[in-house]
Amino acid sequence: MANADVIVIQGSNMAEAHPVGFQWVMEAKRRGAKVFHVDPRFTRTSAVADAYLPIRAGTDIALLGAVVNHILSNELDFREYVLAYTNAATIVSDDFVDAEDADGLFSGFDPATASYVQDSWQYAGHERDSGSGHTARERETAAGLRHESHGAPVSRQVQRDDTLQHPRCVYQILKRHFARYTPEMVERVCGIPREKFLELARAWTENSGRERTGCLIYSVGWTQHTVGVQYIRTGAIIQLLLGNVGRPGGGVMALRGHASIQGSTDIPTLFNLLPGYLPMPHHAQHPDFDAWVDSIRHPGQKGFWGGARAYAASLLKAYWGDAATPENDFGYGHLPRLTGDHGTYQQVLNMIDGKVKGYFLLGQNPAVGSAHGRAQRLGMANLDWLVVRDLFMIESATFWQRGPEVATGEIVPEQCATEVFFLPAASHVEKEGTFTQTQRLLQWREKAVDPPGDARSELWFFYHLGRRIREKLAGSTLPRDRALLDLTWDYPTHGRLAEPDAEAVLREINGYDTVSGRPLSTFTQARDDGTTAIGCWIYTGVYADGVNQAARRRPGHEQDWVAAEWGWAWPANRRMLYNRASADPQGRPWSERKRYVWWDADAGRWTGRDVPDFEVTKPPSYRPPEGATGPAALAGDDPFIMQSDGKGWLYAPSGVLDGPLPTHYEPAESPVRNPLYGQQANPTRKRYDHPVNSTNPSPPQQHDEVFPYVFTVSRLTEHHTAGGMSRTVAPLAELQPEMFVEVSPELATLAGLTHLGWAHLITARAAIEARVLVTDRLAPLTVDGRVIQQLWLPYHFGFEGLVTGDSANDLFGITLDPNVLIQESKIGTCDVRPGRRPTGAALRELVQDYRTRAGIVPGVLPPAVTPGVPVEPPGSTGDGEGNP
Amino acid sequence: MGLRDRLLGWPVYRQLTGTDPLGRGAAACSNRSAELTARTEGADRVARSVCPYCAVGCGQRVFVTDDQVTQIEGDPDSPISRGRLCPKGAASRSLVTSPLRQTTVRYRRPYGTEWEDLDLDTALDMIADRVLAARAETWEDVDAEGRPLNRTLGIASLGGATLDNEENYLIKKLFTAMGALQIENQARI
Repeated sequence: MANADVIVIQGSNMAEAHPVGFQWVMEAKRRGAKVFHVDPRFTRTSAVADAYLPIRAGTDIALLGAVVNHILSNELDFREYVLAYTNAATIVSDDFVDAEDADGLFSGFDPATASYVQDSWQYAGHERDSGSGHTARERETAAGLRHESHGAPVSRQVQRDDTLQHPRCVYQILKRHFARYTPEMVERVCGIPREKFLELARAWTENSGRERTGCLIYSVGWTQHTVGVQYIRTGAIIQLLLGNVGRPGGGVMALRGHASIQGSTDIPTLFNLLPGYLPMPHHAQHPDFDAWVDSIRHPGQKGFWGGARAYAASLLKAYWGDAATPENDFGYGHLPRLTGDHGTYQQVLNMIDGKVKGYFLLGQNPAVGSAHGRAQRLGMANLDWLVVRDLFMIESATFWQRGPEVATGEIVPEQCATEVFFLPAASHVEKEGTFTQTQRLLQWREKAVDPPGDARSELWFFYHLGRRIREKLAGSTLPRDRALLDLTWDYPTHGRLAEPDAEAVLREINGYDTVSGRPLSTFTQARDDGTTAIGCWIYTGVYADGVNQAARRRPGHEQDWVAAEWGWAWPANRRMLYNRASADPQGRPWSERKRYVWWDADAGRWTGRDVPDFEVTKPPSYRPPEGATGPAALAGDDPFIMQSDGKGWLYAPSGVLDGPLPTHYEPAESPVRNPLYGQQANPTRKRYDHPVNSTNPSPPQQHDEVFPYVFTVSRLTEHHTAGGMSRTVAPLAELQPEMFVEVSPELATLAGLTHLGWAHLITARAAIEARVLVTDRLAPLTVDGRVIQQLWLPYHFGFEGLVTGDSANDLFGITLDPNVLIQESKIGTCDVRPGRRPTGAALRELVQDYRTRAGIVPGVLPPAVTPGVPVEPPGSTGDGEGNP
Repeated sequence: MGLRDRLLGWPVYRQLTGTDPLGRGAAACSNRSAELTARTEGADRVARSVCPYCAVGCGQRVFVTDDQVTQIEGDPDSPISRGRLCPKGAASRSLVTSPLRQTTVRYRRPYGTEWEDLDLDTALDMIADRVLAARAETWEDVDAEGRPLNRTLGIASLGGATLDNEENYLIKKLFTAMGALQIENQARI
């Protein structure tokens, strides 16, 4: 980041939410980089940026799409990079119909499931044998998450037009798609003056190319939307067009919000994934081991996923040891099967419906931290049992006694059957192990002291729970108990508390040779014959040579700026992904200034400052022989080695469920009619028509005026997520003691709010109160001739801890992004009134009054497809009859 | 103490005549403050750790005296953070030593109105029993067409992102072997 010549921060308040990381932005600025901040609210990040662009929340694709248009209409793309390293020249099927030509829907939309059949999006000639076909199932299982480590399949060679003139080549399709995303449209949709937009577009393009690079930074301000994945896609398209991927000072930098949230995805505690982005099997798609493995590796495909069979076999071998053999498919039959959506929001609705017996909360506080807090608490009140493991007595442990629903009479302790176990947890200094930070870097924590009293690590809890369960099942002959009894579960323990040895677990994650017991040093050593066991193949190498590489701490000042000997980054200690792209197709650095990894012809190998992200002896001139598959099918100038065509995807023929190209849709709740398409919101967004859930009306529906304002939420520097690690800490509680809402002076006048007085906000789900902070940080925006008022709240408050307040997340309903099933909790509509909210039963009456006025019926949601938008039956193609 | 000693010991005199004209260093020291040492200097040991808050991954040095954490400071060796910590990271000693931390198991029986005490070993045993009962009650062997399911939808889990990789690995491994699918994490949210 410090090497960037321009930095664009959007969907992130980095100075306040990632303050120490922000030093590298300031370092870049000191070296001459221009810094832009795009955000609904002026923050400390904006204060030190060279330019601040206020934006209407939820319109980022319109802004970024206009940057794409600016690049393409002025031919400012880094042509040599784009031609060689992206799919710009690839020809797309004749069957594809763009959303531009069909009022906001792409071809292949199936109204019955509100999802796409992707055949018509494929590359020309691949219509029947690439991609996913019907994607409804992929949405239910958040299958897009798999692509965190690799692209979607492409069956074979593609047709190209290297002149980029073919009307159906990706370059031309992209150009047409974004042609209406003009500076004038940015002004209409986002409320950003066109001069401001042009300042951004010029700085971005002028500071990219052979000699210069630009960096794009986002955080959950981009992800927590019903089109969140497409926000990031638009950013990636810009960075690919400008040649800013795989090069120093470039990249799309996701600032993850929690110590090891990257690690929690790599070694997932997620319903749809197994370690290393292997999919959890689906009952219909993956009937046996071969079908499962082939669905990952796509036989005949290019790239490193060709080794999937070895990664999969090695995982099962790590799980089931001697009981996993090639003859029994390594115990594949033991794995539980998905049948659809089993994500956290579906779980909560199932709790309300009485379908879930027991719930574990492991350092997580959904009563405050998840969308629709009331649904979360009602769900937990309807369990048989709940285990809460935390440092502090959090809201999710005491909802039955002190929650808002106790005050409204919806939860009565004497009638609430949930049995609650609160088990104190060990803190980060009371246990050892690795966190994976936001740049895929694993860092080992040494243990400082033993945990106090009954406090224990999760490692202790799960190891001993597993041990005890296995003891209770000993001798069982039930088939369902085999997976538990055959499990390798013999970790050494040490000390007074019998703490399992975290290094032994890390060694299993790294993987070892099952014959010699030696740790593996790279995932290319993985075998599919049972001779290797690997807990998470992308982490292989972290315990190479029997040494804990994540514990390396050679001081930064003794190393170059890449600092390769501090911790260990996956994969293969590579600090920058796709760094082959830092050299030109012939393998030479694009410029001296941006030299990073290059081909050393004399030595016959790739070399440079980082571990090359390429087969190290494959020359730039290498061309695959006819019929090659796997890594051998990647040419010497295919830098995107985890992509099935070796190219960076400007256009995604599959893998993204809501369109091959990003398209501006309004949020699920918006006061504004989509100015670009008849289709108002993402037609494929995941909706739950459960009676507890509801969505405020948006145009063209009636009654949207009942909730006239936009609200958004984010972090304070002094608090952390749901507050369990900050409202309980005296210095932090003292620094930020109270829940508040920021409003513009104009809105204060309009709604009768007084600075430092009280206000309450109302949505179809809840009403919450907050102290009022009247500030110019939130400027009203003029959008299409109309003034839009935006409010901002911190989301850290709840009813436990040293400082308390109403929870902002109570205001949200449950609507999710279709690709990854993340909730839209960065934007909603609301009303705001002066004074405190009512208490007791009157609180629900107030919400009910709003619901009635807005015409909300329990369990009935706005339609997926906006009435009046023409829908073609899936499978059929043509000219998009009924176009406006 | 003679007059001369008192004069020489007077901070204003030292400030005017010594090497510290601004009175921000040696001149401002009393005998007592001159003898004070940082609690980090006399620590029994120092553990190298990582901040538990956001995902930047700032290095921390955890100072321990008499088996108590006495201070947590930024690690100047870290090429990521170069010794810096934000207000949250800098408050992490208060986090781990907070008097509000729960250190004993608490139990709320069904329909109970108050917390009760419970022994950790008993709690672990009760939870193991409940897991097995929920699993038995909601087990699904096969779907309607006879295809394997091998699972229970009666158990759910939601983890935070201060769980580390080794913990997540064991959590996923055990729940998967148990047939519990509904395992989620802050990473979804």
